[in-house]
Amino acid sequence: MRAAVVVFPGSNCDRDLAVAFERAGFQVDMVWHKDASLPNGVDIVGVPGGFSYGDYLRCGAIAAQSPICKAVVDHTERGGYAVGICNGFQILTETGILPGALLRNAGLKYICRTVGLKVETSDSAFTEGYNAGDVIGIPIAHHDGNYFADDETLSALRDQDRIAFTYTENPNGSCSDIAGILSANRRVLGMMPHPERAADEGHGGTDGAALFRALAGVLTPA
Amino acid sequence: MKARVHVMLKNGVLDPQGEAVRHALGAMGFDKVEGVRQGKVIDLDLADGATEADVVEMCEKLLANTVIERYEIELV
Repeated sequence: MRAAVVVFPGSNCDRDLAVAFERAGFQVDMVWHKDASLPNGVDIVGVPGGFSYGDYLRCGAIAAQSPICKAVVDHTERGGYAVGICNGFQILTETGILPGALLRNAGLKYICRTVGLKVETSDSAFTEGYNAGDVIGIPIAHHDGNYFADDETLSALRDQDRIAFTYTENPNGSCSDIAGILSANRRVLGMMPHPERAADEGHGGTDGAALFRALAGVLTPA
Repeated sequence: MKARVHVMLKNGVLDPQGEAVRHALGAMGFDKVEGVRQGKVIDLDLADGATEADVVEMCEKLLANTVIERYEIELV
């Protein structure tokens, strides 16, 4: 069971994400943004938080054009699993793997605190360790986390049960309180909050650990 | 050839930075400002042989995110 964590210049949650995967039982490879391919046998790719390329142009825009992102797109098009957290979510929307975009927070402030997230669906490898309707505490730390998608996209996300998490109190202006969404095949998750920062007693909360445990359960070879 | 690309948020997409500028202008006494939208201007120095179609492709692939932004190209 192998995870690859992509490292961009400016990533700062890559090691936290690697530790969260390792704790759940994954063997983790760190993959540099200039690599043109993922290691063989990777079950899931983690695109971590941070400030890839200094957030120049738009958050995630330049990272999305890096050699490794082409490999990540190919991986997801083959049906591979991926999770993008915070800047990783921004990158996955910029690549087009996930729909929508992340705008500047409506209040214009960078927000760094633990927020309540409602689990909207337990029907995914990422969320099956929770029950739909559960409220969990997960930290956010972003300036551009205001999820935007047109009405048609939002309807599709709702109709296909692809909204993974919503904020109990919308901190950033996101459409429909959306904090995280799934791809159409439910194998790619993008979310602004940081489950890897709530995966150890030392973090002050462990509500995020179930996400990594659930993934390990689904991806364990039979 | 030079190209100037204007990138603006699409109508209907909230521009909180533009709103903040509008509030600041109002606080300064400029009370006739009804709306502010903030965008980007990107100047490209292009080698001979570059075409407008190339610039369109650059906009579609990188310079603008067409989910939220529209762009205009000015060749100079």
